[in-house]
Amino acid sequence: MLGAAALTTLTACGAAPEGEAAAKGDGAKAATAASAKDFGGMDALVKAAKEEGALHVIALPPDWANYGELIKTFETTYGIKIESENPDAASADEIAAVKSRKGQKRAPDVLDLGIAFARSGAEEGLFAPYKVEAWDKIPAAQKDEAGRWYNDYGGYVSIGCDAKRIPNCPKTFADLLKPEYKGKVALNGNPTKSGSAFGGVYAAALADKGSFADIQPGIDFFGTLKKSGNFIPVESTPATVEKGETPISIDWDYLNAGYADQFKDKGVDWQVAVPTDGVYAQFYSQAVNKDAPHPAAARLWMEFLYSAEGQNLWLKGYARPVLLPAMTADGTADKTFVAKLPAVTGTPAFPASAELDKAKATLAEKWDKAVS
Amino acid sequence: MSSASSTPTEETAGGHRRRRRGPRTWLAALPLIAFTGLCFGLPLGALLYGAVTRTDPGTGATTLTGEHLGRSLQGPYLGSLVGSVQLSALTALIATVLGVLIAQAVVTSRSQALRNAVLTASGVLANFGGVPLAFAFIATLGISGVVTQLADLGGLGWNLYSFTGLAVVYLYFLIPLMVLVILPALDGLRPQWREAAQNAGASGLRYWRHVGIPVLAPSLLGGFVLLFGSAFAAHATAAALVGGSVPLVTLKIADALSGNVLVGQENVALALGLDMILIAGLVMAVYLPLQRRSARWLR
Repeated sequence: MLGAAALTTLTACGAAPEGEAAAKGDGAKAATAASAKDFGGMDALVKAAKEEGALHVIALPPDWANYGELIKTFETTYGIKIESENPDAASADEIAAVKSRKGQKRAPDVLDLGIAFARSGAEEGLFAPYKVEAWDKIPAAQKDEAGRWYNDYGGYVSIGCDAKRIPNCPKTFADLLKPEYKGKVALNGNPTKSGSAFGGVYAAALADKGSFADIQPGIDFFGTLKKSGNFIPVESTPATVEKGETPISIDWDYLNAGYADQFKDKGVDWQVAVPTDGVYAQFYSQAVNKDAPHPAAARLWMEFLYSAEGQNLWLKGYARPVLLPAMTADGTADKTFVAKLPAVTGTPAFPASAELDKAKATLAEKWDKAVS
Repeated sequence: MSSASSTPTEETAGGHRRRRRGPRTWLAALPLIAFTGLCFGLPLGALLYGAVTRTDPGTGATTLTGEHLGRSLQGPYLGSLVGSVQLSALTALIATVLGVLIAQAVVTSRSQALRNAVLTASGVLANFGGVPLAFAFIATLGISGVVTQLADLGGLGWNLYSFTGLAVVYLYFLIPLMVLVILPALDGLRPQWREAAQNAGASGLRYWRHVGIPVLAPSLLGGFVLLFGSAFAAHATAAALVGGSVPLVTLKIADALSGNVLVGQENVALALGLDMILIAGLVMAVYLPLQRRSARWLR
């Protein structure tokens, strides 16, 4: 425990003086509430959250899946201030923040995590079980039975392409191997670190006779792409997309579609295609910190995200919210946003936990050799 | 010469007084020692502890293990350590040679304007690193970079996103750093030594072989060690430029410590950090005794 103690001491150096536990009176109740009913209904939850007055979030980039507008809408609707810390942090940073700031006022209230981190965090007992009003509509495969985490939004691996620089935009992974794309194909980072780059390798594996249990063909695919000179290891970002340094970028469809909107005025014709030969979708998961300093506000944020309004805001950012099938059925999904989503054929399948772990282990072992 | 003659008396006086003043001097250094202990000792302790223990997520029990250190010296992790050492040693060597040549040109030119210009530029460039540097290079020498397009470097086989490309980027801040470090040492080479050598009939080459280089050697090595460390610890530039395709230990630590993909790798990252400290320590062990020797000549 020495290590943890040392880290806590260091973190504490920069911390603001600790106040009383955030919510007075109903604090204990809010911290254990497992649904809005435990508060005595939504109105009571809103009241308790307003009393807390603040929500501390981490790792929510405003230009990612429309999080900027989600945050603004929540603030104006409920008059609760959102303190957004380190928007570009990774899932591992979120878990580290929960652990190292236990009991502090600056600990994150809610988390948006990669699925593997949601599972391991739940096992370590870091999350509070909470079931939103729409709980029953979330497909069983996409939630933890106890309500410690559930998927929030996701997307497909897609190929973004700068049509002004590339005469024929690639539509499939097989296309990417053509000599005309020499020095043009990029991933969103290093797949041993970036979730979307990992998705890209997984999708390439599926396109090339691989399976959820066998990611090796995907690693080999990028090895071939590197040898042919098509693959460039530079991490694609909004800046490299705008400057044309990564004219073809494999990334989540909601990010690629977002770039298309963002750079239309700047003369970039960014086209997005979900490759038909390697269809891979992945969802992120939402969870409440067990020791959330603003427990009621954290729960209200969850209710907001899983309300029709919150889900439609994700949809507006081209992300596919977890309730989309249910909302399409009952007519609450915003049809104009649904129509703008990149076209996909078939329904997504998801790897089992063990398959995912195996794929990651293989990737960590083999990726460097394949592309260096 | 007056300073040389006065030195012995100063030393005896100092030595005499030091014995009586000993405990008080030590007390004055206490805040520094406390600060160092807190800000370097604690993280180091945490690093050491994490590198050799494992905590079970379910029970919270902590056990001692050599597993993390073992893994940090195998497979891709070992590859990244080797890659980092290769890149750092190569770039530090090139930058040492080029840096000395530039600094010597400045010293021999005796132009104050040139000296000021080179020192200012070096001061700025030596601190130009991270993502801004990576983007500056992407814009000029990347695939669609200005210079690449104008000179058709792509056709000549140039690729910024490779080991060579990364080495060029590193040299961009390492050479100025070497100029800054070595210039005072070159200034310290007294003209009298050269005159004495000439009077004794030595050629320029002989002077450098028997006087210049031996006196400078510790400073050169010191500069090399500094550059090595600087390149060894660099992270952001490489992360933005080459991702995982040039294996580097700092990138591996970042992957394991703060990623969206690999879960539960924190301890291996700490073990890698420990490996880095050990390598840096080894290099320093060569440098320190020599540094003491150079101090005798260059004052």
